[in-house]
Amino acid sequence: MGDRTMRGPRKGRCQTLRQWLLAMALLTAAVPAGAAPLHVAVASNFLTPLETLADAFAEQGGGELLISAGATGQLYTQITNGAPYDVFLAADQARPQRLVDEGLARADRHITYARGQLVLWARPGIALPAKGLAGLRPELVTRLAIANPALAPYGRAAREALEATGQWAALEDRIVQGQNVGQAFQYLATGNVSHALVAASYTRHDNRPAGAHQVVDTDWHAPVRQDAVILERTDSPDQALAFLAFMQGPAATGILQDFGYQPMDESQ
Amino acid sequence: MNLTPVWISLQLASVTVAVLLVLGTPLAWWLAMGRSRWRVPVDALVALPLVLPPTVLGFYMLILLGPDGPVGGPWLAVTGNTLTFSFTGLVITSVLYSLPFVVQPLRDAFSSVGGRPLETAAMLGASPRDAFLTIACPLARRGFVTAGVLGFAHTLGEFGAILMVGGSIPGETRAVAIAIFEHVETLEYGAAHALSAGLLVFSFVALLGIYTLNGRRVGVSV
Repeated sequence: MGDRTMRGPRKGRCQTLRQWLLAMALLTAAVPAGAAPLHVAVASNFLTPLETLADAFAEQGGGELLISAGATGQLYTQITNGAPYDVFLAADQARPQRLVDEGLARADRHITYARGQLVLWARPGIALPAKGLAGLRPELVTRLAIANPALAPYGRAAREALEATGQWAALEDRIVQGQNVGQAFQYLATGNVSHALVAASYTRHDNRPAGAHQVVDTDWHAPVRQDAVILERTDSPDQALAFLAFMQGPAATGILQDFGYQPMDESQ
Repeated sequence: MNLTPVWISLQLASVTVAVLLVLGTPLAWWLAMGRSRWRVPVDALVALPLVLPPTVLGFYMLILLGPDGPVGGPWLAVTGNTLTFSFTGLVITSVLYSLPFVVQPLRDAFSSVGGRPLETAAMLGASPRDAFLTIACPLARRGFVTAGVLGFAHTLGEFGAILMVGGSIPGETRAVAIAIFEHVETLEYGAAHALSAGLLVFSFVALLGIYTLNGRRVGVSV
């Protein structure tokens, strides 16, 4: 804290300010030491798993997390404009890489923390074909929700899978796009679409809608890898490192698999 | 740069303002002249979109206009189309979203016209409809201009609600604010700047026009 006192006849106000500052200092001191929360910016699709992970991390004595969720690109823009985050959990690999390239994050603090899977989900009463996406009859699809392929990795994966199975041309005019995979899921949950291609993590969601769903064959799209970086500007590099290490440890891996993420492959 | 979103937004704003002027004029008249005890609650209802986050409206509309919803269901049965993800759905959403921006200036304009000119007209043998159309409306023309321009500009800048109801379909529901959001998300700052600056300049000119016309009083209030 700066130790510059105000001069002049405004001593009364200055006193009050000092008392306030003293009270604030006492309050912060009353919290257990080293518990300045780690500020984590997370892509919305990973918010629910992160809340579970945060509890586990705190139980291990890792400290509290302060979580801000948003769209990956929006968070990236905030970070390049000086947002006060310590760790960035993106929905893709591109934006963390850009932050490294721009010197806002360090290359040796850059990991892949999750590998997402895509599921095809249908409204209740609509059966899914045994052959999966390739066997989907277009006339049974009134609306198909996907995330925007230009913005969201799950959207890109959805588009790749539709193209690989030769379904894109037939279904293109029935596709509605959410700005992110969460919004695509919302369209399904509110009954606005007959089918959706969304993240497998939603199959473990407490409020998931009814209806059949099946994992889309991973041969049909590039893996949806989600990367994390520690930001250069962080004031708690040790705590941030501890969190990344935790994310790669057995406890976190178990939680990730519970949420429908694939285990990390060794080839990275 | 693709200008389709601009075109969509201009169409949406025009249709929305037209619908609002037709529906909002009698409502504003009733709010200004009526003596019903329902006036105050209806006034509050009209002002709601000013204070509610647009996502609240968007979320309710997604449920209301959806194929299982109380409005979207019958609509689907009659027309065979869903209301969500359609231009019509955006119009319905925008009408609610911009309701106070049209109704309030009209209400205030009718209030300031007052009952006397109409009483005079009635004494001279004009029917109520004649008196309304030939006396009250011309006297309230500033209110109509303000309502039209404010409703138009407000709809043009709409984002949160149509983001949820529209589904970002190119040439149908991808409006200008959605396009700006997507340009920023994909780091196409040039296109985002161009569209943003266009919206900014248009909005400023529109407001400048109203303020000039009305001598610094714009009638939207909670």
